[in-house]
Amino acid sequence: MWEYTDRVKDHFLNPRNVGTLDDADGVGEVGSLACGDALTLYIKVKDGIVTDAKFQTFGCASAIASSSALTEILIGKTVEEAEALTNKDIAEYLGGLPREKMHCSVMGQEALEQALKNMRGEAPSKMEHSHEGTLICECFGVFDEEILRAIKENDLKTVEDITNFTKAGGGCGKCIDDLERLLTEARGEGVCPAPSSEPSFPAQGMTNIERMHLIESVIDDEVRPMLQADGGDIRLMDIDRETVMVKFIGMCSNCPSSHLTLQNVVEAKLREKVDPNIVVREG
Amino acid sequence: MKTIYMDNNATTQVDPAVFEEMKPFFTELYGNPSSMHRFGGQVGVRLKEARARVAALLNCEPDEIIFTSCGSESDNTAIRSALNAQPDKRHIVTTRVEHPAILSLCKYLEKKDGYEVTYLGTDENGRLDIQEIKDAIRPDTAIVSIMWANNETGNIYPIEEIAAIAKERGVVFHTDAVQAVGKIPIDLKTTPIDMLSLSGHKLHAPKGVGALFVRKRLPFRPFLIGGHQERSRRAGTENTTGIIALGKACELAIQHMDEENTAVRALRDTLETGLLAAIPDSILNGDRDNRLPNTSNISFGYVEGEAILLMMDQLGICASSGSACTSGSLEPSHVLRAMGVPFTFAHGSIRFSLSRFNTAQDVDYVLETLPPIIKNLRKLSPFSAQKSAPACTKSFSE
Ligand SMILES: Cc1ncc(COP(=O)(O)O)c(C=O)c1O
Ligand code: FES
Repeated sequence: MWEYTDRVKDHFLNPRNVGTLDDADGVGEVGSLACGDALTLYIKVKDGIVTDAKFQTFGCASAIASSSALTEILIGKTVEEAEALTNKDIAEYLGGLPREKMHCSVMGQEALEQALKNMRGEAPSKMEHSHEGTLICECFGVFDEEILRAIKENDLKTVEDITNFTKAGGGCGKCIDDLERLLTEARGEGVCPAPSSEPSFPAQGMTNIERMHLIESVIDDEVRPMLQADGGDIRLMDIDRETVMVKFIGMCSNCPSSHLTLQNVVEAKLREKVDPNIVVREG
Repeated sequence: MKTIYMDNNATTQVDPAVFEEMKPFFTELYGNPSSMHRFGGQVGVRLKEARARVAALLNCEPDEIIFTSCGSESDNTAIRSALNAQPDKRHIVTTRVEHPAILSLCKYLEKKDGYEVTYLGTDENGRLDIQEIKDAIRPDTAIVSIMWANNETGNIYPIEEIAAIAKERGVVFHTDAVQAVGKIPIDLKTTPIDMLSLSGHKLHAPKGVGALFVRKRLPFRPFLIGGHQERSRRAGTENTTGIIALGKACELAIQHMDEENTAVRALRDTLETGLLAAIPDSILNGDRDNRLPNTSNISFGYVEGEAILLMMDQLGICASSGSACTSGSLEPSHVLRAMGVPFTFAHGSIRFSLSRFNTAQDVDYVLETLPPIIKNLRKLSPFSAQKSAPACTKSFSE
């Protein structure tokens, strides 16, 4: 028996805003019968404010409660505020969910994103995965992007957590090794791609060694020639995860604006060519 | 609020007569049956009587009964004993629909100890194919373990026939009869079963006691090693209260066997027919003709089992579900999946399991209250027979 909070029970037994909206501005459909839960969210927006929200949910008590909570949170919010909502807001609103049931709140977040995209005319109501993503868990149709995002946003530390939040790994278990890999990747390097369709960055998925080589070659091929043109030079001192330590030589070393060079040239190039989270320090 | 208990395959109410029987063993009769004094010795006499009562229900010799702590221990003991007694045989035959007490153990043996396991599948009604069993047995098969009755669907397997096949092929045969004992007649004199597991709390004895039948002269290797209790086949000072209770429960089971198969069956049938008639898009899971008299597993399409259970719980009705959300895993029950029950229905399966303590009023109450619950949950659901399941990328690989 799950330990549900009184709020979860209340929203399950007396769900708010059940139904459909014929004149919805955005519709988001996620999940499926096969997966054991599915949610269709309808939103109505006027002058940048969510004026109404309705839902239909197939799923367990916490899935129904999460959907109900989501609509309650949404109504009255500005579109910007709605865009910023995450699964954590839903779980918090309900006074918490059992860890194994966190995927219900993630489903709410996904439906909301889909509905907002649908409202902006960027997507059909039904969630389809961008083709950049790789299907990791066949049993539950979960893509790497979703997993990496869940790891990042919820600070997940174990494969079990990934399953609790995304369901990936909860079926035949053959994707567990991949989940393990994604976890090390995401946590080890502290980087996660931005959600869904945005293009991933070049160093994504690289091993540490590959990444170091990439940083080295970007400095050699792109940064150094620029500095040399100004009579200076740069030396790569150390790489510690996202922090890259460099030393300026020649002209640049006494240049009062070297910190600008550091940011505008070196950091910008590395962020563009390697990883958007890189920080460059002089040392 | 009255509790309507229809979850007897999970556990049962201790029969008041059983409770009365065990009580003195908590208070005045607390001696150790192994002791040399009469104070302990008198308990030993009563244990002997309990053993005879269990043997009477199964129609076997009292010496063939080993008391254990639960059904799971009996299952583990049986499989490991067969493997340890025949170290050169590295193959196990079982089914995909066993209880985890067998299934998880087999997966473990496969993974950790390198045994080979054949998991037999079922048809859409959960029935086994006898020919498949025959084909699965190999010269290096150490044991065939097939449950007598399934806990989720209530399906009864043709154990007499399967036991005969195993005997003919000279392979040890074990059956997990935890759900069958007390509900259907079992005769070990005429059925060539080598080992059989049972569990007290499924037949109105308390939790924490079980038994394993081991046929005379079958090579046996104990699981718990220590003192000489149970003729050195299962060490540990006897759970005297539990064993006394199990003895009484078995005696009562003999008395109630007809009732299980007439009165309980009639209640189950009324419930089942009533629900299937009152609720559209509901289907029966399992083998309609070969089932335990107390079990009914019904799927309600387009709604999810946990939600149904919690709604019923509000009204005091206890049942269980094979839905993903209730199993603590994310997939619906392995039994329903083995049967290929479509997802539209697997997630909404509810198991009702009755006992002789249920009444016609209980059944009426469920018949009255469940249809509106399903109707309300369907109002919440984005799916229906008209707007059915969206195409799904998901296929459970197994
Ligand atoms: C078929 C079957 N086998 C084994 C067991 C395990 O029995 P116990 O709970 O006594 O360990 C159960 C109980 O759920 C069962 O239904
Ligand atoms: S592929 Fe992920 S659990 Fe089966």
